[in-house]
Amino acid sequence: MLNSLICRLQSAGGLLKTNAMLLLLSMTLFTAGAYAAETLPQVAGSLPWWGWALALFVTCFFLGIVAVPSGVGGGVLFVPIVGGFFPFHLDFVRGAGLLVALASSLAAGPSLMRGGLADLRLALPLAVLASASAIVGALVGLAIPASVVQIALGLTILGIVTLMATAKKSEFPIVPAADRLSIALSMHGMFRDTAQGKNISWKVHRTPLGIFLFVFIGFIGGLFGVGAGWANLPVLNLLMGAPIKLAAGTSGLILTLASSSATWVYLNEGSVLAIIAVPSVIGMMLGAMIGARLLHVLRASVVRKMVISLLLFAGIRALLKGLGIWP
Amino acid sequence: MNISNNESAGEPVLSEEQQRYASWLNWGARSGLLMLIVAFLAYVTGWLPADVPLNELPKVWGLPVDAYLKQTGAPTGWSWLTRIGRGDFAGLIGIAWLSASSLICLLAVLPIYARRRDWVFVALCVGALAVQLLAASGWLTAGK
Repeated sequence: MLNSLICRLQSAGGLLKTNAMLLLLSMTLFTAGAYAAETLPQVAGSLPWWGWALALFVTCFFLGIVAVPSGVGGGVLFVPIVGGFFPFHLDFVRGAGLLVALASSLAAGPSLMRGGLADLRLALPLAVLASASAIVGALVGLAIPASVVQIALGLTILGIVTLMATAKKSEFPIVPAADRLSIALSMHGMFRDTAQGKNISWKVHRTPLGIFLFVFIGFIGGLFGVGAGWANLPVLNLLMGAPIKLAAGTSGLILTLASSSATWVYLNEGSVLAIIAVPSVIGMMLGAMIGARLLHVLRASVVRKMVISLLLFAGIRALLKGLGIWP
Repeated sequence: MNISNNESAGEPVLSEEQQRYASWLNWGARSGLLMLIVAFLAYVTGWLPADVPLNELPKVWGLPVDAYLKQTGAPTGWSWLTRIGRGDFAGLIGIAWLSASSLICLLAVLPIYARRRDWVFVALCVGALAVQLLAASGWLTAGK
């Protein structure tokens, strides 16, 4: 009994240490970001190109660590934070943000599909319209002034913070009956939930409304260069009734299509700079690998609160930057 | 309906198109990332010369894209292919390859749906391909 108590205390101590370390990292990120923003005019002139590339890599590495356990995509963290605290123009940050979202979802997609956690029949009808509207969003985003995009981005990020703080999740939503459209498209199936050790059958409902919302989500994703996992997940899970694991996996598969169509637009417009995009993608992917390993030891609620705080800060920063109050 | 005999018997089974899509996506993502990293190393080590020297970049990366293009003479659309030997454009091969991964996967699963006479999903694949090709074509411009 004493041994069991000691083990529990050690485990709780380890958990606290890990969570405290992560919180410390986030505070460092906060401070570094705020410091960079305050001293940007002086720093930008003196820091060489490789210093910014390195800072971008390190920032994305930390963002990648928290992106996985918090359940948000890297793109939604990347654009407001890098757009707010780095000297790059928002046009290039959005191009890199889409690439970050695309690379992350491409890296995870195959294994999720093989495990049955990302379903092609569920994803394809939603992704066709989402990728078409992502093109429109990207074109609109590149046509309007950066200050307007910054203000809209700030407001959207604050909206996402509200959504993340208030939205509930349902592990296995109750779907009384599949709708006619989902039956016609055969949007149903079964996957193996290894954590529970059982097979889960699923079907969806409210498909027409889901498709309509994905048009809007695709537009926002293309407009701001953010991945749209934060919006895909509640629509698939809470509205359409897909089990949470299937919703998370399928959301990534939809992102591979929607982000790639918007990435083409940014690439063709000359808005993708390798010096910004490549360190971001590599840093985010390495961080995501660490984040996936930490998934088992971190408290998801702590990480989620930390990400909400980061997004709140970045959203306010984007809004104030757009309004010219905190340039 | 797309339920195999095993699935109707209570065991999940991956459909042929899902397996093929996953394999091609895996191959596309890995090769794209490799291209991205190799080209970036060639760029930052100076092995490939750059149109805009690396130490000049901090002067232009804060400009809006239209001003950046005007100042550096960087190409738009597919014209970057003509400068593929330059470090700052070589990395775009990996980015284009990653963007095209889904397009290749859709082409790979299309014959499976056609063979099964699943015309709704044939139409969806063709629609998704059309959207990706339109985006990649460079015909659509922001008109800034």
